[in-house]
Amino acid sequence: MSACILVFVSTVLGCHYVVRLLPLWLAGHRDRSRPAMFSKGTKRKFSDGEDEMPDDGLAGAKVASSAYSLQRQSLLDMSLIKLQLCHMLVEPNLCRSVLIANTVRQIQEEMTHDGSWQVVSDSLGVEGSPSERLVATEVLCRSPSPSSTLSEQELERDTEPRLYSLVSYDDSSCREEEVVAEVIEDDNEALCSEAASNVCLSGTMSHCWEPGELRVQQNNDDICEDSRLGSGDEDVDVEEEDEDEEEEQEMSQKESKTMGQVFGTFEIKNGSSGSESALEELFSDVDASYYDLDTMLTGMQSTPKIGPYDLLDNLGPSHGPTSIGSTANCRSDLNELDHIMEIIVGS
Amino acid sequence: MGEDGESPKINHSFLRDYVTEADVISTVEFNHTGDLLATGDKGGRVVIFQRESESKGETDELGESGEYNVYSTFQSHEPDFDYLKSLEIEEKINKIRWLPQQNAAHFLLSTNDKTIKLWKVSERDKRPEGYNLKDEEGRLKDFSTVTSLQVPILKPTDLMVEVRPRRVFANGHTYHVNSISVNSDGETYLSADDLRINVWHLGITDRSFNIVDIKPANMEDLTEVITAAEFHPQHCHMFVYSSSKGTIRLCDMRESALCDKHSKIFEEPEDPGNRSFFSEIISSVSDVKFSHSGRYLLTRDYLTVKVWDLHMEKGPVETYQVHEYLRSKLCSLYENDCIFDKFECVWNSTDSVIMTGAYNSFFRMFDRETGRGVTLEAWRESSKPRAVLRTRRVYTGGRRRRGDVGVDKDLVWA
Repeated sequence: MSACILVFVSTVLGCHYVVRLLPLWLAGHRDRSRPAMFSKGTKRKFSDGEDEMPDDGLAGAKVASSAYSLQRQSLLDMSLIKLQLCHMLVEPNLCRSVLIANTVRQIQEEMTHDGSWQVVSDSLGVEGSPSERLVATEVLCRSPSPSSTLSEQELERDTEPRLYSLVSYDDSSCREEEVVAEVIEDDNEALCSEAASNVCLSGTMSHCWEPGELRVQQNNDDICEDSRLGSGDEDVDVEEEDEDEEEEQEMSQKESKTMGQVFGTFEIKNGSSGSESALEELFSDVDASYYDLDTMLTGMQSTPKIGPYDLLDNLGPSHGPTSIGSTANCRSDLNELDHIMEIIVGS
Repeated sequence: MGEDGESPKINHSFLRDYVTEADVISTVEFNHTGDLLATGDKGGRVVIFQRESESKGETDELGESGEYNVYSTFQSHEPDFDYLKSLEIEEKINKIRWLPQQNAAHFLLSTNDKTIKLWKVSERDKRPEGYNLKDEEGRLKDFSTVTSLQVPILKPTDLMVEVRPRRVFANGHTYHVNSISVNSDGETYLSADDLRINVWHLGITDRSFNIVDIKPANMEDLTEVITAAEFHPQHCHMFVYSSSKGTIRLCDMRESALCDKHSKIFEEPEDPGNRSFFSEIISSVSDVKFSHSGRYLLTRDYLTVKVWDLHMEKGPVETYQVHEYLRSKLCSLYENDCIFDKFECVWNSTDSVIMTGAYNSFFRMFDRETGRGVTLEAWRESSKPRAVLRTRRVYTGGRRRRGDVGVDKDLVWA
């Protein structure tokens, strides 16, 4: 898989943190000695480290075990991609899905046992403090026009506890932002909005997997609204020390949701009418401005195989199939986003 | 593709023009005498080959001829569409099983993911001639021209093989059918999908009995699927099914109507030294076969074939390594999905030799008496009748001989 394709896939499926880990994964893939290490169980992990670097003692063991953790993380990411991708095939192979899901569970259990959820964020090596990224995420998720003033207010006040809950709820959303930042550097704010709306995909992955495909963007935007509002109220009192446990819990919740979604759609397809009405209810209080953004970006939906840089090329007024009104809307949104991105990038 | 320096480079590209995806063979099955070989392909067709019988004196000494010629071809399954789920149903033939022969006709069962069909294969080499009311072309005669009566006589004609569908067993499975097995009672057969096993009567198409159901109430709790199932060759009440967790369950239909509770479970305890994240995946059993004697079971998982004694549940009595050199490549094989490939295994007629497939057109045969295994290559170019297949060796260390196949370059990434 080339990096370009993975970026797009990740954007759509909300498994964005994979983008950052791709280099490690590929490195592991090309280095033949690594898979051997990877296949050894937990029991031998530390003894291997000690064998390899007897002189360095503890330091050596630590390096070896962190390499093991990185490989374990990349295996987890690979598995999650496989789970999501295989769900999009015409005929998902149930046996394969079950085996991959079991592998994911196994990794998660081991990581929980090790207490190594910290490694997940450490290994990413992301720049900037968590709060900055989270603020950006929330703002990008929010609907542009009605709350454009609100976004600035939110930026100012300390919303860290609330935003933290957002991270735990959609685990990958903060990493989603990584790609958004990269894209912005290419000076295309429109893509930023697109990616922003896709950020919301990460929260409720279920909606990516409705039969028939990559759902229309508007649904995802609306889900983001809903999830953000829901989680904000509940988890105001989250503290940093509880980060590990919360993340584990949310991870397991998210994963059980993942499993449910993977296997559930084997069932859902029989009773899809029920889930449709539930979705309708969710979207009843939708903010209409998103539809304008959506129509402007419709061009991208029809060409899913293009990598991100190609997307940037294609996004121009000449390709936009929209009216003047929506363009004006987008302009104000883009200015808003421009401002926010400046803050993040620190220019 | 594993060719060594000795053989000339064969250009296979011309074949690719004529061979399409639909021609890929997905299943093969001999009938009980070995005279007929049925193959199913991804395009839903079944091709039956018949052994050439030679009456030359020399051949009789050596045994039967090794040549098979096309006997009949028919379209078994067509691509279908499930409107409720908006999913295509593949026409690929997953399994073929012959029924024991009871008269001049042959019967076989073929199945795709959802529907099982019973086909009657019969020969016609005579036709009646001399009807009173019809002429040679079948048109009604003018009765005024009929002056005498005649008895129609059978005259030999060219051999015609007719294949007709006799039964269609549809709508019995929600998930993909992976196995069918004909019972020794000659009247029933089982079909297994990922989560359920049904027993059908060969004569009744609108009803089947569900005897195993491992679907959990909440699909989120699903951790195990059924991978293969087979009836016991002699005892019509016993069958086994294997799972993705590496267990084989023996069930007795006399115990209860629903055989969720197994009579015996065959499971090898995990080796803690070899444990990895892939342990479960490589332990998934892809095929299970009873021996002809009915005493042993043969199972195939990703790296090994195992022989189990029905009397001993705690572990296999024999384990043979098929391609142990892949154990260190599991991560890469997981990445490219090869780790999910399924291989079949089979006994010979005397249960003394077992055989299973591997990658790169290799297959492995193990002599149970000596415990030795041999690797053979199903190489197209040497496919003359009765030609001895070349044995191949996979280089895994030590002195490398000419002709050895390297794991990295040739086997895994080819």
